[in-house]
Amino acid sequence: MDISNFLLMRQEIMLLSIVLLLIIAEIFIPNDKKSSIVHFAIFLFGIHTILGFVGLSEGSLFGGSFQTTKLVYFFKNVLNVGVLIVLLQSADWIQEKVVKENKGSEFFILLFSSLLGMYFMISAGDFLMFYIGLELGTLPVAALAAYETSKRISSESGIKFILSAALASGAALFGVSLLYATSGSIFFADIIPTITASNLTILGFVLFFSGLAFKISIVPFHFWTADVYEGAPISVSSYLSVISKGAAVFILMILLFTVLKPLMYIWENMIYGLTIATMLIGNLFALRQQNMKRFLAFSSIAQAGFILLGIISGTQLGATTAIYFVLVYIFSNLAAFGVVQAISLKTGKENMDDYNGLYRTNPKLSLVMMLALFSLAGIPPVAGFFGKFFLFTSAASEGYYLLVFIAAANATVSLYYYLLVVRAMFIRKNEHPIPFFNSKIYMRLGLIVSVIGILVLGLYSPLYDYIFELNGFLNQ
Amino acid sequence: MILGVSIYEILTLTSILFFIGVYGFITRTNLISMLISVELILNSSVVNFVVINKYLFPEVLQGVFFSVFIIAVAAAETALAIAIIINLYRLISSVEVKDTEVMKY
Repeated sequence: MDISNFLLMRQEIMLLSIVLLLIIAEIFIPNDKKSSIVHFAIFLFGIHTILGFVGLSEGSLFGGSFQTTKLVYFFKNVLNVGVLIVLLQSADWIQEKVVKENKGSEFFILLFSSLLGMYFMISAGDFLMFYIGLELGTLPVAALAAYETSKRISSESGIKFILSAALASGAALFGVSLLYATSGSIFFADIIPTITASNLTILGFVLFFSGLAFKISIVPFHFWTADVYEGAPISVSSYLSVISKGAAVFILMILLFTVLKPLMYIWENMIYGLTIATMLIGNLFALRQQNMKRFLAFSSIAQAGFILLGIISGTQLGATTAIYFVLVYIFSNLAAFGVVQAISLKTGKENMDDYNGLYRTNPKLSLVMMLALFSLAGIPPVAGFFGKFFLFTSAASEGYYLLVFIAAANATVSLYYYLLVVRAMFIRKNEHPIPFFNSKIYMRLGLIVSVIGILVLGLYSPLYDYIFELNGFLNQ
Repeated sequence: MILGVSIYEILTLTSILFFIGVYGFITRTNLISMLISVELILNSSVVNFVVINKYLFPEVLQGVFFSVFIIAVAAAETALAIAIIINLYRLISSVEVKDTEVMKY
């Protein structure tokens, strides 16, 4: 056995060693210097993110349980960048609130363990690795959601999240057991040639799909989303809405396009209905929200509907547009959550009415928020427009004209509620607006990186071509 | 393999178990009993994996391994859920679902 084979797992091993280093640091850093652990963790994760971009080699380990391709590396790098931004944006919160309660390093340990789970989930080659990755990616997040143990709302969101996550993964497991019954193997590579559309397979597939749909918060499985986002600490909400959802979309896409491709005529119809329901309900509920976190939760449900629009076409083009849209969505949503977090940290205000007149006191923050919301709504100069445009193109090229029409109508509705926030910030008057404040360096850096992402992704087209090339294997 | 018991009977049993779990999860009003319902769901798939492995594909032990992992992960899940429930109980002195509904719609 050649040890160098394990270098295929380089990113996982590095992340695991970061977790171990943090545990050691927690022991040896004296109590009055605990806030330095934030710098330490961000520094380590920054190095990890940069190293993730070099030296790609493809292959599989453990008899096919663990696979890496260039596409998987790309996914992992996207997740890394997202987590780095989340860390930068939450650094101030951790330093000011969490470290004082002496649980700073646990936050990073749990966050990185969850990311490790997502890595394993994305590069899974069989259902066992997939299941373990899914659980490792979910359980630490539940602990993180209940992190503010003195706040009732935080515990409530934690218990809601873990119970519904357990139900979803239980349903997914039952589905996997039925798939195992029909195909006789849990390895993706062995399932592909044997899968046929028997009733048992379809039942198994539907149960399995519902487990993943829970993670992406597609509509019949979305009930946890708003409550958990509202109750959890904001950095955890942004992690859930971006990283957790992104990873689940990636693995769902890989599974649908490779393993479950023979069932395509079934999942096509299923996703057709789910897309419409997700966009509609996400939009309608977002219209009536006053709390910014709840508002962003429902907006993220609506965005999940748009992501499905790329998956439904089942082609290389569709996959590319879906991945590109997820990438854009990550940066836009992180920018929006970053602004909400900055304001909530300084003033404790989270309601939309509190944002009235924000432009007069904090023009930079308002501009960042406006860019993020324009990108989520899909207004031309920013990246979100291109993301939506490509999605519509890919769905239309497969002949889903009615669906594209409904999606376009929904995009218009979503414009209304995104602009409500913009109106509150720029036009509405307020006698007691949020006073001017300066954020610290980490928060600024996090916001700047996400704004650069929003602007550059829309203008820099080679990235799109690069993703298109990576998806070549889907063309078979 | 059990003499006189076919795979159909066992799979029917596990399916019933699964749906009892789902029904219990939806109807129970106590957090602990909801947790128990989730355990029923997980255990129904554990039995499924073992039985399918034993009856249909006895050459390779994939299903048995899978069930061992499910048991371990389910234990971790329960521990975490109980921890959160205990914390909630400290704050509101109740484990009833209706007392936890601060956030709605």
